[in-house]
Amino acid sequence: MAEKKDKTTIILFSGDLDKAMAAFIIANGAAAYDQEVTMFFTFWGLNALRKEEHVPVQKGFLEKMFGWMMPRGANKLGLSKMNMAGLGPKMIKNVMKKHNALTLPQLIEMAKEQGVKLVACTMTMDLLGITKEELIDGVELGGVAAYLGDATEGKVNLFI
Amino acid sequence: MQSDKVLDAKGLACPMPIVRTKKAMDELASGQVLEIHVTDKGAKNDLAAWVKSAGHEMIQSAEEGNVLKFWIRKG
Repeated sequence: MAEKKDKTTIILFSGDLDKAMAAFIIANGAAAYDQEVTMFFTFWGLNALRKEEHVPVQKGFLEKMFGWMMPRGANKLGLSKMNMAGLGPKMIKNVMKKHNALTLPQLIEMAKEQGVKLVACTMTMDLLGITKEELIDGVELGGVAAYLGDATEGKVNLFI
Repeated sequence: MQSDKVLDAKGLACPMPIVRTKKAMDELASGQVLEIHVTDKGAKNDLAAWVKSAGHEMIQSAEEGNVLKFWIRKG
């Protein structure tokens, strides 16, 4: 199979656990379809890529505030519905374990393993005060042109 | 049914059966047969669609209790 691979692109705008899971499940499925998959993370979606631990970096007061208020990492995201101040995610993680579904951190690992390209949007990183050091390893940086470059060749382009 | 490799994907939820199937398929040579055991009810449609797009051939499927079995010949 030497022909050019189909492409799939997914924009993750949302920082909700359920939506991020959907995005990564589709990304992993597309990678299993032998497609070249690129995921772009912008605005609240960037939080899914944050490292769980605090990374000491120099930044302004507002940026620091943002950092404190937003979920730090894939394991801290809330649900888009029935979040119930954090109770919802706990319950759904329990149910997922029962059904042998992969957790979001596992889905992200699997995506990286399958060669899914993860691109963080630099403009929104600046807005939210997120630096590259605070993101998990293996993430590339890019902007709208990088996204469109892949999306114009993509057969499936999703905005989540 | 003769198979060259058996993939046990029982108990795994979407998207793992397809991810594992792809990995197992990558290790086979053209013409070899992969046997897959799954319990995910969606796998029937998932595998049928995947096989078609990946250029393989579904040669047989069976249902034994909760377990769905598929035999796919690599294209």
